Amino acid sequence: MTKLTRRDFLVSTASVAAASAMGGSAHAATDTLNIQPEKDAKLRVLRWKRFVQGDEELWMANTKKFTEKTGIEVRVDNEGWEDVRPKAAVAASVGSGPDIVIGWFDDPHQYPDKLVDLTDLANYLDKKYGGWYDVCKRYGMRGDRWIAITLGVVGNALCYRESQVKAAGFDGVPKDTAGFLKLCQALKAKDTPCGFALGKAVGDGNNWAHWLLWSHGGMMVDTKGNVVIDSPETWAALEYAKELYKTFVPGTLSWQDPSNNKAFLDGQVSMTANGISVYYSAKNSQDPKMKAMADDIQHAHLPIGPIGKPTELMQITQMMLFKHSKYPNAAKAYMQFMMEADQYNPWMEAAIGYVSQPLKAYEANPIWTVDPKHTVYRDAAALMLDNGHAGPLGTASAAVMADYVVLDMIANAASGAKTPKEAAAQAAERAKRYYKT
Amino acid sequence: MLSRALNNSNVLGLIFMLPLVIILVLFLTYPLGLGIWLGFTDAKIGRAGEWIGLGNYAYLIGDSVSQLALFNTIFYTVIASILKFALGLWLALLLNKNLPFKAFFRSIVLLPWIVPTALSALAFWWIYDAQFSIISWTLVKLGLIDTYINFLGDPWMARFSTIFANVWRGIPFVAITLLAGLQTISPALYEAASIDGVTPWQQFRYVTLPLLTPIIAVVMTFSVLFTFTDFQLIYVLTRGGPLNATHLMTTLSFQRAIPGGSLGEGAALAIMMIPFLLAAIMFSYFGLQRRAWQRGDDK
Repeated sequence: MTKLTRRDFLVSTASVAAASAMGGSAHAATDTLNIQPEKDAKLRVLRWKRFVQGDEELWMANTKKFTEKTGIEVRVDNEGWEDVRPKAAVAASVGSGPDIVIGWFDDPHQYPDKLVDLTDLANYLDKKYGGWYDVCKRYGMRGDRWIAITLGVVGNALCYRESQVKAAGFDGVPKDTAGFLKLCQALKAKDTPCGFALGKAVGDGNNWAHWLLWSHGGMMVDTKGNVVIDSPETWAALEYAKELYKTFVPGTLSWQDPSNNKAFLDGQVSMTANGISVYYSAKNSQDPKMKAMADDIQHAHLPIGPIGKPTELMQITQMMLFKHSKYPNAAKAYMQFMMEADQYNPWMEAAIGYVSQPLKAYEANPIWTVDPKHTVYRDAAALMLDNGHAGPLGTASAAVMADYVVLDMIANAASGAKTPKEAAAQAAERAKRYYKT
Repeated sequence: MLSRALNNSNVLGLIFMLPLVIILVLFLTYPLGLGIWLGFTDAKIGRAGEWIGLGNYAYLIGDSVSQLALFNTIFYTVIASILKFALGLWLALLLNKNLPFKAFFRSIVLLPWIVPTALSALAFWWIYDAQFSIISWTLVKLGLIDTYINFLGDPWMARFSTIFANVWRGIPFVAITLLAGLQTISPALYEAASIDGVTPWQQFRYVTLPLLTPIIAVVMTFSVLFTFTDFQLIYVLTRGGPLNATHLMTTLSFQRAIPGGSLGEGAALAIMMIPFLLAAIMFSYFGLQRRAWQRGDDK
């Protein structure tokens, strides 16, 4: 308690005042949240390695601020984004390691019993910052209990060359899948084809493959977790994929995550789906040719399919607090601190649009309007579905995505290696292995 | 008592062996045993598994992706090993001749083998890139082809492209080791043969080859084992794509076990490679090392 600062004192007395004003009701605690860290607490945080410098700088600056304010020492370790998942799982299993892990996708649902209940923090943030997007609730909640706090979504969107789309006779990207196919065909006819990753691209490949499947109403499992991928909706999606694939630049079956960025920046494709990174590579380049390309780049949401609502998949990242932590209150206080507007807003701004907000109030962040080309990425969390859609999240949904079941199915059908029905049947057979009860 | 025991050569021998035994048990037997155990469980990363007997194996045998990976692995190993052997032997025979700058050539040949696989794989990744391939670019500029070659985007092209990269990397090992074997063959034997008036082919067939067989057996055993368990090259070049056409047992095992979290299944996939590896060793042991002393017998 020696570390209690004036600010802490004010906050805590304010909450006591609030609580007593409301007759000491327990619900008052959600309006303000005053977590008392343990004495001499120390924290270890494991997060994914930055995509942009500003993200890490601001994260560390915020962490430093936290240490200065509370006296809690925080060590932050960075790991490549694909390596965080196994490390977090091992930490959960052996019961030691970082207190907080900033992981991906359905991580929290693979070991929900190992995570500290964060319901109070989540409800507090929900009230204070305009509410969580639905997808954050899907990922963060197990039953009626919160087990993870969504930090943000690494947005994904169509990235295209305005001049080439205009030359193909379109004012912009059509908002429906039928119009989108026509645009891709027109681009191909003009010899400025589009390209989407169909190789083992963990991020880019999975993102657009799931969008394609869902846009036509196909899904891996129903709400109960029964495999329903072998359906007429999926076949329709795969027929669409076949038509779309004909308009691609050659070689997309071999594309990994960086391939579409390289091809786009070299002017070999007119349109692809990616994070904001392509635009920044062009914008920050010293080469006048690249600067000109940056002016020509536009972003758009992936079109809406026959089911009539957005069906995108993006990289969602969330903070988990493990039960093995000796200082759960300090860790919670850290998470709260990082999510508060004073810290979150500057951090998201420094991440220059790579990471989008999980809480609706942060939509107003200037990063989304400082450059109109950023705006599309603002809506990431509002548009996305979870990777286990429409079933439960857990080890099965994680394993099915890691095994590229959807991506393989789309690639097989699109390239004609299998008929849509064969591809869907194979996907069903593979998924049943993991969704068996 | 203690001094008597220490004077006993049997006891002393055991004590001297102890450090090595500990190392072997700790770093070899235990992980292997653990792997075999995991293969019989449904362990996930972060969750201990339960014994499910042959469940993983029963599933993997029926799994179309595993079947494809097994085919790919055997195809990759057989073709790459044959090519490495043929080209490596040829290179060794050339290097065994009296060339100018012999030492220079002999050392430069080792280069592909010295470069870390991850780095040479990255170089091949660019060489094979669908949009930036230097080979495609050159051929297009020369007017020989119109469109870029789809090195890694077509299943069969991808298989051969990865095999080519593996062969490029593996030849030096075969060549230099066979060269060492060639150097041990006494020149007197060649002189005797030439007095008998043999053709170069006969000289190779009846003098060089029989004397080289023991080395060939060892080299090819290693070469097959390395190729069968190749991982880095595939992981950098294709990660098993396109359409799983280059997924090897190793890469599929990793994909399922670590990113996919199905530790038990990944372990089972890895264990499934052991019979094939044992078969390769047995083949060289019984098939190629015909002489008793080569098998380690006393007589």
